[in-house]
Amino acid sequence: MVDETLAVSLKQTTPIPLDVEFSCYAGDVLALVGPSGSGKSTILRTIAGLYRPAEGRVTVKGSPWLDTARKIDVPPHRRRAGLVFQNYALFPHMTALGNVAAALGHLPREARTARSGELLNLVHLTGLEGRRPAELSGGQQQRVAVARALARDPDVLLLDEPFSAVDRVTRQKLYTELRELSRAFPIPIMFVTHDFDEAARIANRMCLLDRGTILQTGTPRDVLARPASVKAARLVDLKNLFEARVVDTDSARTLLDWNGRRVEAMRTDARQCGTMIAWAIPGSQVLLSRTDLNEADTTPNRFAGTIRDLVQLSESLSVTVILEGADAPVLAMTLPAHYARRTGLGVGSTVTIALMPDGIHIMDRDADPEGGRENGP
Amino acid sequence: MDWTALWLSIKLGLFTLAILLPIGLLIGRWLAYGRFSGKGFVEAAFALPLVLPPTVVGYYLLVSVGGATPIGQFWRSSFGHNLVFSFEGLVFASVIVNLPFAIQPMQRAFEAIAPEIREAAAVSGLSPWQVLLRIDLPLAWQGIVTGMVLTFAHTLGEFGVVLMIGGSIPGETKTVAIAIYDRVQAFDTHSAGIMAAALLVMSLAALGLTYRLSSNVGRRHG
Repeated sequence: MVDETLAVSLKQTTPIPLDVEFSCYAGDVLALVGPSGSGKSTILRTIAGLYRPAEGRVTVKGSPWLDTARKIDVPPHRRRAGLVFQNYALFPHMTALGNVAAALGHLPREARTARSGELLNLVHLTGLEGRRPAELSGGQQQRVAVARALARDPDVLLLDEPFSAVDRVTRQKLYTELRELSRAFPIPIMFVTHDFDEAARIANRMCLLDRGTILQTGTPRDVLARPASVKAARLVDLKNLFEARVVDTDSARTLLDWNGRRVEAMRTDARQCGTMIAWAIPGSQVLLSRTDLNEADTTPNRFAGTIRDLVQLSESLSVTVILEGADAPVLAMTLPAHYARRTGLGVGSTVTIALMPDGIHIMDRDADPEGGRENGP
Repeated sequence: MDWTALWLSIKLGLFTLAILLPIGLLIGRWLAYGRFSGKGFVEAAFALPLVLPPTVVGYYLLVSVGGATPIGQFWRSSFGHNLVFSFEGLVFASVIVNLPFAIQPMQRAFEAIAPEIREAAAVSGLSPWQVLLRIDLPLAWQGIVTGMVLTFAHTLGEFGVVLMIGGSIPGETKTVAIAIYDRVQAFDTHSAGIMAAALLVMSLAALGLTYRLSSNVGRRHG
């Protein structure tokens, strides 16, 4: 199915460093995620033909849109790319219908109005065809922008931070609509965001970018819970990142020495005994109880600690616990909102925490000196 | 009232407009969207007629297109008369003097269009020509009209350059501004007053229209 693919390979050092190579298949929703300045938007603009990197290749359905080595650079109006701009960039002097019809130049004139109406209907804007962008809400403008991007019958749909300018409620609605669109239009869809939750909600694949390079590609679940490196873990803001030494391995488990504590992890690869590694555990894989550490319990990885902070969020409780020991590591976790009320937990309460062995993710230690620093919340 | 002079002024204004409209659009758009080194210098060069005394501009035009210069000689051999002290010479001078009045409002209007709007047009499949016709011109039209009105009004009032390049040949180069000067010199203040009032009213109407258009730019797509 090579023909169905968007294949991108870009390289340059200045002014925006880029060194990326990835593909996106028909039906894929690929999220480009990373901090500001990581080159996400530049990648989308390059695919659309609005930016030309020093070296690069963009191939869609087997035909080259950009190939700097062969001096091919198809101008944007000849590339069938639908692009939704961050601030929508609607034509202010045209109505919603006019905006969509403007992108239907490939259809005969008499067919454009009908098709524009269909597309506006698809994005739930029937009845607002005659309004100008200034008379539409942010969410409605975004839908017009999506309808306009789809009007070209694009080979690839690109969305640049499409949800950043709308309120939370509208955003939730738009997430669902974008997922529906990806089913209705089986083309490669790429969107840029710096919000990991957003990526996890919409995308089936995700590229984690930092300073123009891809740190990791995979399902959002994998990238967020099992980052490939300490750097990736820090970028996805994975809490509970520590260092330990491998002390033993068997067919099922890896045993770690964490500053004198014994930690049992599911075995994922064969690391030599004595190797220093980095490990992390998502907050959702840390259990907390009020039972005494000395009470009989078969759960592995149980440690005593004290609650340092407790923040009530809308649907959950964010808790940080300082464990006993000279290194006093801090673990962060989320609990159901009612948990504190039910158990009477508060700041200063002594608790027992348990680390789920299959939640522990082991990585190579970061090579750079900063990477050795333990990362409490 | 010297109707010949008034008609000559209007004719000069219309010719200047006809020539400066495409030039203003082309250069205004180039300066608005172009990224090149020395852009500030080019902009300064086009703005020079705004600050130079008209006699200085007139002097340089005279020495560059006068009868003894290559351009002047070429003109004479092609059309049988000198470029200076002719209506064509007046149009040429008027175009040069009015460059900033046409270019600057058009350039500002093109600059006011957000780059993403033009990019969105290209990504929507519009060719560069279609972007000009369907996006740039409809969004910048107030600035374009402002440039045209200012050019026309300024042409009517131009005195120094016209006098140096055109002299004061009735029916050929004697515009209404020169005619007013002539009448004052001849102590015919009545005629001078009527013509001055006519120019005043026309200029006020032109500027009023310009200000009205520029205040609409902000309101329309805000």
